[in-house]
Amino acid sequence: MSEEKRVGIVLVSHSAEVAAAVAALAKGLAGGADSVAVAPAGGTEGGGLGTSAELISAAAASVDRGAGVAVLTDLGSAVLTVKALLAEDELPDDTRLVDAPFLEGAVAAVVTASTGADLAAVEAAATEAYDYRKV
Amino acid sequence: MLDADFFRRWMTATAASVDREAERLTALDAAIGDADHGSNMRRGFAAVQAELDKETPGTPGAVLMLAGRLLISTVGGASGPLYGTLLRRTGKALGEVPEVTEAQFAEALRTGVQGVMKLGGAAAGDKTMVDALLPAVDALGDGFAAARTAAEQGAEATVPLLARRGRASYLGERSIGHQDPGATSSALLVAALAETAEG
Repeated sequence: MSEEKRVGIVLVSHSAEVAAAVAALAKGLAGGADSVAVAPAGGTEGGGLGTSAELISAAAASVDRGAGVAVLTDLGSAVLTVKALLAEDELPDDTRLVDAPFLEGAVAAVVTASTGADLAAVEAAATEAYDYRKV
Repeated sequence: MLDADFFRRWMTATAASVDREAERLTALDAAIGDADHGSNMRRGFAAVQAELDKETPGTPGAVLMLAGRLLISTVGGASGPLYGTLLRRTGKALGEVPEVTEAQFAEALRTGVQGVMKLGGAAAGDKTMVDALLPAVDALGDGFAAARTAAEQGAEATVPLLARRGRASYLGERSIGHQDPGATSSALLVAALAETAEG
């Protein structure tokens, strides 16, 4: 699979800083995952805490390489806004809201996407992050 | 019969009402949420109003579809996708006809409320906007004034409920004793509908 065809990852948080930092962390921990397009969509367009449909749509379009887009979210309106955009067909074809813990799921998704895995495998890896017990 | 202008006036009346009541909505949200419901709703419906002032679509369905899209893109909180879905599903169910009967509208609104319930995973009694909207839809067969009363009573009846959805659900028992902000703004939406019908 060519590098251009990797699954794109969008990270949606109520906070621009959280989304950007989790994106940087996931790419850093994935090591050499520069081939994976990861876009944060955090906060409102005005820079406040919240969710922006415009930022999410723009982020999804920016990481779409034709192999699908996995969207991970934090809470509440982030989840609902992505679901509403999917229902309205306002995100690229083959975009999925992935049911996963935000940070751990983002790391798993970016690492898996960097191997050239398909969208279903990226989604499965991110969701499996729920099973990682710490105690 | 209800035409596109009726639905434009409903949205205008809602924008005015949300603007008037924004402080109250935010105060209710401060008690059990994150204190942004009034400002979020005001921003969303102001955007709807501004767009409808420029150009009103020709059918009832198109007015509500446009309003719903704007709410999803401008509100910035959970009420954006929730109210956006309510209006878009309702608008879609109305189809592309230039006028609809009250019965057709009641049926379409029920579809919209079901869309909200599916999106948010909320049922009746979860202390959400559904607790105002469902009674309103059920009462709509008896007229717009009956729907307004049902929505207001439904919103007031959320006070003793335990929140099971949204941020308020994290508060558990401490959510009891507060009126739900979403149910309150939903009652405003339905009251604006009755106001519009009264002319």
